[in-house]
Amino acid sequence: MEILLQQIINGLVQGSVYALVALGYTMVYGILGLINFAHGEVVMIGAMLALSALTALLGLGAPPALALPLSLVLAMAGCMALGYGIERIAYRPLRHAPRLAPLITAIGLSIVLQNLAMMIWGREYHSFPQLIANTPHNFGGAIINDIQIIIFVMALAIMAGLMVVVHRTRLGRAMRAVAENQHAAQLMGVDINRVISLTFILGSALAAVAGLMVSANYGLAHYYMGFLLGLKAFTAAVLGGIGNLRGAMLGGLLLGLIESLGAGYIGDLTGGFMGSNYQDVFAFFVLIAVLVFRPSGLLGERIAERA
Amino acid sequence: MKFNSKSKSLLAALAIALLLLPFVTEALLGRGWVRIVDFAMLYIMLALGLNIVVGLAGLLDLGYIAFFAVGAYCYALTGSPHLALAFPMAFPDGVHLSFWIVLPLAALVAGGFGVLLGAPTLRLRGDYLAIVTLGFGEIIRIFLNNLNAPINLTNGPQGIGRIDPVSVASVPLNITQNIFGIALPSVHLYFYLFLACTVLVILVSQRLERSRIGRAWMAIREDEIAAGAMGINTRNLKLLAFAMGAMFGGASGALFAGFQGFVSPESFSLMESIMVLCMVVLGGMGNIAGVILGGVLLAVLPEVLRHGVVPLQQALFGKTVVDPESLRMLLFGGALIVMMLYRPAGLLPSRVRRRELDTDEAAEKV
Repeated sequence: MEILLQQIINGLVQGSVYALVALGYTMVYGILGLINFAHGEVVMIGAMLALSALTALLGLGAPPALALPLSLVLAMAGCMALGYGIERIAYRPLRHAPRLAPLITAIGLSIVLQNLAMMIWGREYHSFPQLIANTPHNFGGAIINDIQIIIFVMALAIMAGLMVVVHRTRLGRAMRAVAENQHAAQLMGVDINRVISLTFILGSALAAVAGLMVSANYGLAHYYMGFLLGLKAFTAAVLGGIGNLRGAMLGGLLLGLIESLGAGYIGDLTGGFMGSNYQDVFAFFVLIAVLVFRPSGLLGERIAERA
Repeated sequence: MKFNSKSKSLLAALAIALLLLPFVTEALLGRGWVRIVDFAMLYIMLALGLNIVVGLAGLLDLGYIAFFAVGAYCYALTGSPHLALAFPMAFPDGVHLSFWIVLPLAALVAGGFGVLLGAPTLRLRGDYLAIVTLGFGEIIRIFLNNLNAPINLTNGPQGIGRIDPVSVASVPLNITQNIFGIALPSVHLYFYLFLACTVLVILVSQRLERSRIGRAWMAIREDEIAAGAMGINTRNLKLLAFAMGAMFGGASGALFAGFQGFVSPESFSLMESIMVLCMVVLGGMGNIAGVILGGVLLAVLPEVLRHGVVPLQQALFGKTVVDPESLRMLLFGGALIVMMLYRPAGLLPSRVRRRELDTDEAAEKV
């Protein structure tokens, strides 16, 4: 029972990070109808930037309470610029090109980002400095520590904030209008290019937060971390119904749960044939299963095929 | 196909040049480079297979190397002593099937995986296929890395060694053979084998392209709805393209395993998929000559980088600042972006493809 509770806690924390990244995929998809392949790498760059800033600030003698928020802000700023640049370089010139073209530039871009990160930060794992005491709390027999609580609460707060932005502000209305019908929105005086840029910027800011969270949660950052994370977050977005913000959040949390419960119990289920080293496989099977049985996702009303 | 006398003599000259290629390469650059040429041929075969999927049918497959891996492991398991570890009772010496039996099997198994993967995703829009194949490439690697316990099927990250060499008419290709008084080292023998296979793949691709099926693929690529309205069964034909590409990948994988004598999961990373994709995109999607050009360029490039960039950096900075491997990947990624932005139809574009990928024209239509 304690193990089950523990897996659920771990799953929810990990899932909240997936949800943040999935939001980035889903916002871009909702507006442009394309998968931003480079989004996972933005998360990685965010984590790396935050770690570098953190290490540098701590080295200068800044107190952790100041260094952590400051490095988060720096990472967010860096990722926002990166997100804007990605849209300008890889997507905007190809907005009217055949579908294959932006997919290929996006792949090219993520390869470039990955290798640039490797050149800058090296191939080794970077460890996250111990900042707060990270006290473990006993929660019905399961352990939940401070960092996990912070991650979960912060992720929920950010998601709530995003919902407010999308549903209550002028920008949010413009975003929804562009997602609904680009041409009509343009005729109504919405500056489409600006809205699309801002969407990328917003998604990349979330990615930076998620990057910091992942590296804080695992205590590690690595130039290759964005690839699998991006793949899983995309799965989460599809699971919830791509293009749907609430779906991305639900999908993220669900995927986190599936993964952590799956990894915890796969050994028992397969009679010891497969162990928790297959954890990364679950997301993939979830993705295939969703595509077979419910391509529009759990909350998606729109049919996935919109050729 | 009909040839006039001019193209006949051109073809003959090309054939002679290709037959002499390993000897010339060895004389000029050394035997190591013949091996590189062999690998280039393998890559060309792979790129031609991917060209069917990406170039002809317009489906983006980002995990193509996984099918190559499936083919390679098929032969690694059935042509080496390895299975003796897992099933000592059934196979005390491992399994040693003839390469020529395994080759079609490997193609079939890879094709089967292609169908399994394509069936759920091909009903949906193209980007789903891209991301599912991306995931599949990674999953295959996870399985290859972990299927060494509790039954040692793949030997995990250590990989499988001592794979039987390919034999042609019971002449093994892994040792120097004397044929008509000419001593042919192993790399030369494999070169001729790969050359024959590549020519076969080229012929098949060419025939496919000009067939009813090939025309249907191109129609789907250009406008799926219109193609469907013309009575083309788009889902089945996309599945066929995907499976066909996978079969080519599987067959090349078996060749790779026989040539290398050793396979391990790290040969099948995402970067390899990207490299093959790069070959297709760079040379010209849908154009066989373009794909061959792309394959040659990109297979030789890493070696040039290795031999050129490292000494250059040593001379300039006194140390290696950028290792050639990441420089290579950087160039590949950059090439994908630049090609799509400025020359989307590739270096040697096919005529149809150029018309279709010309963005100005597409924008005008909108």
